[in-house]
Amino acid sequence: MTYNDKVVRQFVVVTVLWGIVGMLVGVIIAAQLWMPQLNFDIPWLTYGRLRPLHTNAVIFAFGGSGLIGTSLYVVQRTCHVRLISDKLASFVFWGWQLIIVAAAVSLPLGLTQGKEYAELEWPIDILITIVWVAYAILFFGTVAKRRVSHIYVANWFYGAFILTIALLHIVNNLSLPVEFGKSYPIYTGAVDAMVQWWYGHNAVGFFLTAGFLGMMYYFVPKQAEGPVYSYRLSIVHFWALIAIYMWAGPHHLHYTALPNWLQSLGMVFSLILLAPSWGGMINGIMTLSGAWHKLRTDPVLKFMIVALSFYGMSTFEGPMMSIKTVNALSHYTDWTVGHVHSGALGWVAMMTIGSLYCLIPRLIGEKKMYSIKAIDIHFWTSTIGVVMYITSMWIAGVMQGLMWRAFNEDGTLTYTFIESLVATNPYYLVRMLGGLLFLSGMFFFAWNTWKTLGSKEMTPIKASEPADWGEHA
Amino acid sequence: MDINLLRGAILIILMVSFAGLWIWAWSRKRKPAFREASMLPLEEDFGQVPGFDGSNDEARLTGKGEDHVK
Repeated sequence: MTYNDKVVRQFVVVTVLWGIVGMLVGVIIAAQLWMPQLNFDIPWLTYGRLRPLHTNAVIFAFGGSGLIGTSLYVVQRTCHVRLISDKLASFVFWGWQLIIVAAAVSLPLGLTQGKEYAELEWPIDILITIVWVAYAILFFGTVAKRRVSHIYVANWFYGAFILTIALLHIVNNLSLPVEFGKSYPIYTGAVDAMVQWWYGHNAVGFFLTAGFLGMMYYFVPKQAEGPVYSYRLSIVHFWALIAIYMWAGPHHLHYTALPNWLQSLGMVFSLILLAPSWGGMINGIMTLSGAWHKLRTDPVLKFMIVALSFYGMSTFEGPMMSIKTVNALSHYTDWTVGHVHSGALGWVAMMTIGSLYCLIPRLIGEKKMYSIKAIDIHFWTSTIGVVMYITSMWIAGVMQGLMWRAFNEDGTLTYTFIESLVATNPYYLVRMLGGLLFLSGMFFFAWNTWKTLGSKEMTPIKASEPADWGEHA
Repeated sequence: MDINLLRGAILIILMVSFAGLWIWAWSRKRKPAFREASMLPLEEDFGQVPGFDGSNDEARLTGKGEDHVK
């Protein structure tokens, strides 16, 4: 029996490709915020149409391909068994690519549900459901056929990600189609907002957190060449994380029409969430204990450890921002945007990049990428890029919050909105440059991947022998 | 039955099962199995990746993680 690495290789290559596309669109809209004329008055180049393209491309095309690809690699290795069906694996790959292309065409055309993160119209939503169910069958079917009695913790995280995204996607996209390219959500008013942020926050929790923790639990030990720091901690923080995340959504709707008790509930659960989040961060970083010297020579490990540091930082920042009094300052400002990118670029993208640098050479039976130097350059462009991005957005956000709530003695506003925009403009330039720097590193990634994989043939890797130690424990 | 009684009961059940999970995960009996499980990401590199520097062997024998402290 051999492993199906063809589908993994396909997903890896498109992860790099969609990463570049998604981040490029991000840089374009960042440039438009700095200089609005850059939309050239072309409707499909306007911010309102490109912004959903950016979020969908980086989350679902880049992050999604990275998650599906690595999960199919990890589930085979840790279960000692080949994927249950090669045809189903191909279907998942091509189906997911078709969805991405459909999104990339429909969003700039303005065909959306007008929601946050779930804008795709109903025909694409149905396609996503079909492909996702196929992916779930492929993943869980392989787990069911495993030749190791224990299910490794990474698979638990990947499994939670797959199940929850299915649930979130279906509930949040329930809508009434009126024609092929137009539908209306079945929810209205405050309920619509609550469903939207139940979805939105759990997409962060289960797509951008649980999924990438699955990646972390496999690739960090592998790259550090030592087992995870505490296996029992991974189990406890898994259950705590998935149980608590579900309730934190209302913190996106502080001081809105949502009932006040519900806002407070969301805040309390967000504060509790710090514990299981940091459980994962500590477990990942401590995996390096006794091997810290490897950080000096291994830029792949640097990617992973910096990713975990950003994870720890943004999961501290998140609960803090969910406190209502803090939120009164931060909400609707660019602080939120900075927070999101410290998670998305710092944690999600850097963990994906680090894991792929670990995985790619192994697809052709090697241990290292073609150029270690290029990985190092990529590491520094990414790190400096993220830092420029988030610090400029922190400053801009706090400044906006303070300006918006400044009052004169007679009760009138001290600043007009346009004054806060003008004051923000230089920070938008710094943000764009930070994003550009991050994007530039992705080209080193693509070049290095090309040089490593290129047109090299893959020799099928034999599946490990069955293992049954767990049963006798 | 009053819905609030049900809500309270669910809360108690969840809290007790979380404490139970903690006790189970930290029990001495689980330790050998967890130790084996934590090696799963590492084993593939044994013998199958050319040029592997073998520092995994040390990890396997001595263990570095918390679960590997005897």
